[in-house]
Amino acid sequence: MRIIGSLLLVIVLLLIAYAGSGPAGLTPLFGIVIPYIAIGIFILGFLWKLLKWARSYVPFRIPTTGGQQRSFPWIKWSRLDNPATGTGVIGRMVLEIFLMRSLFRNTRSEIVGTKLVHGSSKWLWIGAMAFHWAFFIVLIRHMRLFIEPVPGYVHFLESLDGFFQIGHPRLMMTGVVLIGAGVYLFLRRWYIPQVRYISLPADYFPLFLIIAIATTGVIMRYFTKTDIVAVKTLLLSLMTFSPQIPEKEKIDTIFYIHLFLVSALLAYFPFSKLMHLGGIFMSPTRNMANNLRVKRHVNPWDYPVKVHHYEEYENEFRDKMKASGIPVEKE
Amino acid sequence: MAKLPKPQELMQTIDFRPPKTDWRNLKVELREGMYCHPAKKKDLEAVDYPYIREWSPKDEDWKLPADWKEQVLEAIRERLIRFRSFHVFMDICVRCGACADKCHFFLGSGDPNNMPVLRAELMRSIYRRYFTPSGKILGSIAGARELTPEIIKEWWYYFYQCTECRRCSLYCPYGIDTAEVTIIAREILNLLGLQLGWIAGPVANCYWKGNHLGLEPHTIKSNIEFMLDDIENITGIRIEPSFNRKGAEILFITPSGDLFGVPGVYTCMGYLMLFHEIGLDYTWSTYASEGGNFGFFTSMEMAKRLTYKIYSEAKRLGVKWILGGECGHMWRIWNQYLPTFWEPPDNLQVPVSPITGTRFEHARYSKLVHVVEFTADLIKHGKLNLDTSRTDHLVVTWHDSCNTSRGMGIFEEPRFVIKNVVKNFYEMPDNTIRERTFCCGSGSGLNASENMELRMRGGFPRAMAVKHVNEKYGVNVLANMCAIDRAALQPLMDYWVPGVTVMGVHELVGNALVMKGEKERTLDMRGEPLPGKEAKEE
Amino acid sequence: MKRYVYIGIVAFIVIVTYPFWSAGKAKKPEPKLDTPEIQKLVEKKCVEPKEFMKREHMKLLNQWRDAALRDGTRVYVNSEGKEFTVSLQNTCMKCHSNKKKFCDECHNYAGVKPYCWDCHIAPKEEEGQI
Repeated sequence: MRIIGSLLLVIVLLLIAYAGSGPAGLTPLFGIVIPYIAIGIFILGFLWKLLKWARSYVPFRIPTTGGQQRSFPWIKWSRLDNPATGTGVIGRMVLEIFLMRSLFRNTRSEIVGTKLVHGSSKWLWIGAMAFHWAFFIVLIRHMRLFIEPVPGYVHFLESLDGFFQIGHPRLMMTGVVLIGAGVYLFLRRWYIPQVRYISLPADYFPLFLIIAIATTGVIMRYFTKTDIVAVKTLLLSLMTFSPQIPEKEKIDTIFYIHLFLVSALLAYFPFSKLMHLGGIFMSPTRNMANNLRVKRHVNPWDYPVKVHHYEEYENEFRDKMKASGIPVEKE
Repeated sequence: MAKLPKPQELMQTIDFRPPKTDWRNLKVELREGMYCHPAKKKDLEAVDYPYIREWSPKDEDWKLPADWKEQVLEAIRERLIRFRSFHVFMDICVRCGACADKCHFFLGSGDPNNMPVLRAELMRSIYRRYFTPSGKILGSIAGARELTPEIIKEWWYYFYQCTECRRCSLYCPYGIDTAEVTIIAREILNLLGLQLGWIAGPVANCYWKGNHLGLEPHTIKSNIEFMLDDIENITGIRIEPSFNRKGAEILFITPSGDLFGVPGVYTCMGYLMLFHEIGLDYTWSTYASEGGNFGFFTSMEMAKRLTYKIYSEAKRLGVKWILGGECGHMWRIWNQYLPTFWEPPDNLQVPVSPITGTRFEHARYSKLVHVVEFTADLIKHGKLNLDTSRTDHLVVTWHDSCNTSRGMGIFEEPRFVIKNVVKNFYEMPDNTIRERTFCCGSGSGLNASENMELRMRGGFPRAMAVKHVNEKYGVNVLANMCAIDRAALQPLMDYWVPGVTVMGVHELVGNALVMKGEKERTLDMRGEPLPGKEAKEE
Repeated sequence: MKRYVYIGIVAFIVIVTYPFWSAGKAKKPEPKLDTPEIQKLVEKKCVEPKEFMKREHMKLLNQWRDAALRDGTRVYVNSEGKEFTVSLQNTCMKCHSNKKKFCDECHNYAGVKPYCWDCHIAPKEEEGQI
């Protein structure tokens, strides 16, 4: 039900975009108004969440230490898994964000006969890396449609992405990888009993939505085609706040569907688990150095607490202390 | 008390496949043997805990305060602001499932709510319902749940089935730390008066008497004197340590578990012998006589209240720095909380080993040095005369405690010490040691006796790894540097891997340490004959 | 600590608004069809209709390449039954001799770098270099 419901929701979105921009002819709505609203929700919602997190305090220095601490010069220290300096933390965060270091540790535990076995398990890491990197590169490649003149890094990425020069327009590997990895992540979620058990509609829906976005993009690029010059003109007009919808015959409905699904993703983003994009930067177990023995850390909301002073202790036990020869303050 | 099933039977009940029913519709079933007794009224009164009353987990009605719901929601609201960890972790989980089979309680029970992701979802579903727009509007579709008394029961049951070991946090791609969620859930339960006896008792003791066991000053001294008698019997040397002595260079604080009971006392004897042998100018304190901190298992405030004694006693006695004994959560707190709770007093100086001259630069602010670091430095500089023939009959493996592993990262120091005091050392499998280590299953105040089944389940992954090296290399000693481990691992071994003895690092050091003027040793630290040593004498 | 958070927030704003502040105001390309060769044509028609060519020319060129180089087919029959020689240089570029104006302007605009000219030699144009 969670799966079908999520899938249906994506299909409904698709149909809305199809009906709205096609038969109903509401292209200004789907080409201008909705994208603007979606971008607005995305940016403001994202900021709202970041500020909410920022408002919360970090009272204690609680990194999860993933390697040998810094102690003696003769003991090899894990600078990145157990950073004790700011640079080390940056290194750890880079590994975490770009290479998913923690997920790379993943293991799989099984009871085999009378033994509990922990084997290496990299599939989730591979799937997640493929998915996120493909998504990221696809996003960067889209900059060719938003920026004029097209920046050099976009050409560079395209030349790498289309390295095999398959077909014309050249096949971009990341598009295929994105869909493939998305499907893998879904199948994994559906197939592994424990993961299916913990999954919510909020886990399936964005996955389906992203797969749908990638698929409509691929269809547009390789199959139905669209007038790319007109698309760029529209997008540039949005970016420069002088929106203009090109003549109807130039841009097909598939483009508006693609755009609408992207808008849905943007608007959904700040209110969902997708905020892990921002959250990873703010995770105290990863972005703090293990250096409380070296440097002071202040708890901003610290307050006085009731304590048991030595005087009270001695008052209670003075006789016993004296009897057993333990020194006291007051004889 | 619930009957503990046999190991084979228990193992057969473990099934990682989740049930058919959605976890949100599962009514929590409190199984005996899986939870601890509630706190005694007198222990709660001793430290002014809120909402003290008689209640039993088996009661249908837990007699929650009339405004319990408002209190819980207000407590969550307050903690969302106080703890960014909690706030961020409530929002960003993607339920990838990487943590699922990382939890020792899940691996030992198969209960889906013991998957760290679901344990946190128990809280997250409430957070969504009352603190997020999507949860308020969409309800259960967005994964939200209504807060009911049933949920309080469920929290109580499952947040006391987490030892705050942070293993899930290591594998989480966002570093989501269930310990943070558990800590906060327990704070909230505490507000409703739902405290465990096994935690509240030590807390009250520690607050009023200075240590968890409630040892009064003269008892501490006499306990140590018993150990000194044993040491004299073994080595022929009479040691005379000092108590509450002003002007000592170093204040030594260890978990009180080392002062009472087996095998903690053997570790304590090791400290006494070592410090005597190197002529260390140190003192014990009967006031600050607890390194551990069960307050940490109730609330941050109580943790802070209990740690007050450490620096204040160091100030009163005018010592230069503080040496800390072998303990797990004590070092998590000393390494990540204590110097934030309280500022180190001015009389403390950057710790320097009086024997080797080593400056402990990595402790230059907090002035807190781990005794295993201290000993490793001594051995590195060749200051100790060690005879490993006395430990030749021991085949040792090393258990990294969860707190010192993932809340500190002290891995090489103990290994260095161990390898210098024993000849036969074997590591357990890679995925079960160092930062990937498994918890003993009894940490965070769960080492009671009425929840023995829970403890045996939680310790199952650790025990299986020991069993592996026991069968492969004949390992017969499980060494560690944590008071709870010393107390909890022995019953775990007796249950799952009979024949393995649990020892602290300094028990092994004490065995190997050749002291100036000692007699030919025929007994080990436990007063047992040393194999092969009697024959040599003849 | 909070300082870093606010730096991060500023970085976020800069990154997400990047397309807005770097979009640039370029005029829409208008490919020129006024080469002398086209002027000479009675019926100013490409091998296929204009709208088709606009979207599908890359696919057609790819087919032509495969036809000519792999199958040796040098004749293309279009949707109206007319025959053309399959050749980039002698058919396409004969009319569209203004590569810079006709091809490059749109390609640059859309960020497309076709690999036609990896093998083919671009026609020399009077007003400029290759």
